[in-house]
Amino acid sequence: MSSQSPNSILSKHQIIERNVSILLVLSLLVVTIGGLVEVAPLFWLENTIEKVNGMRPYTPLELAGRDIYVREGCYLCHSQMIRPFRDEVERYGHYSLAAESMYDHPFQWGSKRTGPDLARVGGKYSNDWHVQHLTNPRSVVPESIMPPYSFLADSDLNPKAIASHLLANKRVGVPYTDEMIARAEADMRTQADPMADSKALLTSYPKTTVADFDGNPMRLTEMDALVAYLQMLGTLVDYSAYNPTQDDR
Amino acid sequence: MKNGFAAISVAVGALVALLAAAMGQDDAFRAHMWIAFATLGIATIFLFRRVEFATPGHPLTVEDNSGYLDGVVRYGVIATLFWGIAGFLVGIIIASELAWPLLNLEPYLNFGRLRPLHTSAVIFAFGGNALIATSFYVVQRTTRARLWGGNLAWFVFWGYNFFIVMAGTGYLLGITQSREYAEPEWYVDIWLTIVWVCYLLVFLGTLVKRKEPHIYVANWFYLSFIVTVAMLHLVNNLAVPVSFLGSKSYSAFSGVQDALIQWWYGHNAVGFFLTAGFLGMMYYFVPKQAGRPIYSYRLSIIHFWALIFLYIWAGPHHLHYTALPDWAQTLGMVFSVMLWMPSWGGMINGLLTLSGAWDKLRTDPILRMFVLSLAFYGMSTFEGPLMAIKTVNALSHYTDWTIGHVHSGALGWVGMVSFGAVYHLVPKLWNRTQLYSLRMVNWHFWLATLGIVVYASVMWVSGIMQGLMWREYNDQGFLVYSFAETVAAMHPYYVMRAFGGVLYLSGALVMVFNVYKTIKGDIRNEIPMGAEAPTLQPAKAGAL
Repeated sequence: MSSQSPNSILSKHQIIERNVSILLVLSLLVVTIGGLVEVAPLFWLENTIEKVNGMRPYTPLELAGRDIYVREGCYLCHSQMIRPFRDEVERYGHYSLAAESMYDHPFQWGSKRTGPDLARVGGKYSNDWHVQHLTNPRSVVPESIMPPYSFLADSDLNPKAIASHLLANKRVGVPYTDEMIARAEADMRTQADPMADSKALLTSYPKTTVADFDGNPMRLTEMDALVAYLQMLGTLVDYSAYNPTQDDR
Repeated sequence: MKNGFAAISVAVGALVALLAAAMGQDDAFRAHMWIAFATLGIATIFLFRRVEFATPGHPLTVEDNSGYLDGVVRYGVIATLFWGIAGFLVGIIIASELAWPLLNLEPYLNFGRLRPLHTSAVIFAFGGNALIATSFYVVQRTTRARLWGGNLAWFVFWGYNFFIVMAGTGYLLGITQSREYAEPEWYVDIWLTIVWVCYLLVFLGTLVKRKEPHIYVANWFYLSFIVTVAMLHLVNNLAVPVSFLGSKSYSAFSGVQDALIQWWYGHNAVGFFLTAGFLGMMYYFVPKQAGRPIYSYRLSIIHFWALIFLYIWAGPHHLHYTALPDWAQTLGMVFSVMLWMPSWGGMINGLLTLSGAWDKLRTDPILRMFVLSLAFYGMSTFEGPLMAIKTVNALSHYTDWTIGHVHSGALGWVGMVSFGAVYHLVPKLWNRTQLYSLRMVNWHFWLATLGIVVYASVMWVSGIMQGLMWREYNDQGFLVYSFAETVAAMHPYYVMRAFGGVLYLSGALVMVFNVYKTIKGDIRNEIPMGAEAPTLQPAKAGAL
């Protein structure tokens, strides 16, 4: 622009406007800064994730249930992140901690509450209620606008494949042992079978609920897996031993 | 041999998809690979029909490669319209599912599977095709050079649309990473990476061989959009697949880190895909349509650098009051509020370009679309920083207010600027003297505007109501409403919102008809815009 004085900073911008390489490099540099400053420290600041007792990796059946939760897009209407407000704590329970999703690849905090928060739904309703609700939501909650998921009770799980899922989780940092991976298929069947010997399962995965979740002892279905996952949500951390000021930030 | 390379490559791709379908590790992956095989198989047949061999006496047809490469832009415009209608339609379907849950047909048409289909169809299919088409058009005009890379631009177009088909069909099959606005699984992500690198090469190559010494501001925005989206896509989608012949992968990140990386991506999908890219579009088409130079060159420099620098920081405002550390939330809030300024810099630069040409609004409904689009851009970039303030966010987060905010930006800004660009381009690309009908553009303008106003105001009212109901206490200190009661209260608003969507879609259908007639070469017999206004008569002498 002719009206500019030759010494102004803006006139130096002419150099950038006439050189593709400089424009490319500068615009890339400018957009990396924010991410580096905000995201990178989360990986090394130790107080990002609280130290709590009780967190463990998902059991094979719970992990399969979580994969179904992801597949069906449940996170689009249900959050798993209770904020530290009086009403939320009263409605849903203790506010969520970062530690509670440390094994979640990816996280399921959600961004919308078309339905209620599920971070601590575990143990609030019976298995039968969940099966009934997933099969026909409006039969138990008349106001509900949730889609039905009756097909889950008819879809068989594939226990043979679950070990490879545990292995993939191990590769991204979830502390599954070789033994847990080797026993994954058996553990999956055991959790849905109240008659089976669950000692090994409960040793590897404390606080695990063993039950015939879908109410159909003849089959191991996706309904078993999803209900097992829902029933463990928010049940792991022992809040009687948690001191919220331990890692003030 | 001509067109042989393309035909053979696609045939090989079809074969690979067939093998993957045979050896896939899970049902969803096998079904997905059959879809890939069918798509590529059809493409193979089409391409082989176009292969030519030189025989004595029949030399290969020679194409004129001296001018601009506009064929791909024409296809891009058609694809934009097609995916626009598809995306708006799916939007109305899922809006209706919220109003009338019986419409959920399990499993394939449940809300949870259709919602990513809607968001991807409008953002990446409609928006993405509009960006690719206009960027190819604009970069050629402003550099006075043909697109670099020969047929590479065609690969970008078809490759990108193949990505969309794979992403969309994947959602219906339940193949998703659950990363909002980045749902496609690992193998579809890898494909998009290849396409996107080629897109960058075509764009950069054209800039390098430009005949104009100066790189026009629209191209800064397009370039920044392409480069930044590449960075975001690569980092956000880092994952370990369960099997190389399976659909499932697990993200490399977990919990709180994953949350911030996801929203660093998610917010900048808005910032770079839906803002920087479309600002590039605005910087070319608004001055062209108004017949005026851009208002301020200095402002464009300042707001370009400020915008791309500040946007990247704003992601944490999606995670206020969560388990994300407070320092990150505060940074996100502060930068989001600062972002208001460069955003309005862009709006001001666009609107004031009309200085001295405001009278054209009376006769030019296309320009009217651009102005409304800039107005909605200004409105939503004010609303955004407001909602990023923690105390406001405490109320708005998790409610439908957020959905309303997104749509005033998407329907108002992104939609309207794209429609304006399409109306501007179609007569030029198909060599027609004018559009079939300007009055139908005006109809489109009002249907869309009304649709947005209904949509946004309904979502404001219902979203704020929802947030207030969740936190309402009675004087004895008990929560007043159960969650189910707050769901029931939303019903009338969900119905009205779907109606707003229907208005918006009707406008788009009017556009499709108008574009179809224009391409056919028809001109509607109509009174010109503005001509019905009574002409002022000079006062008669002696009259009072």
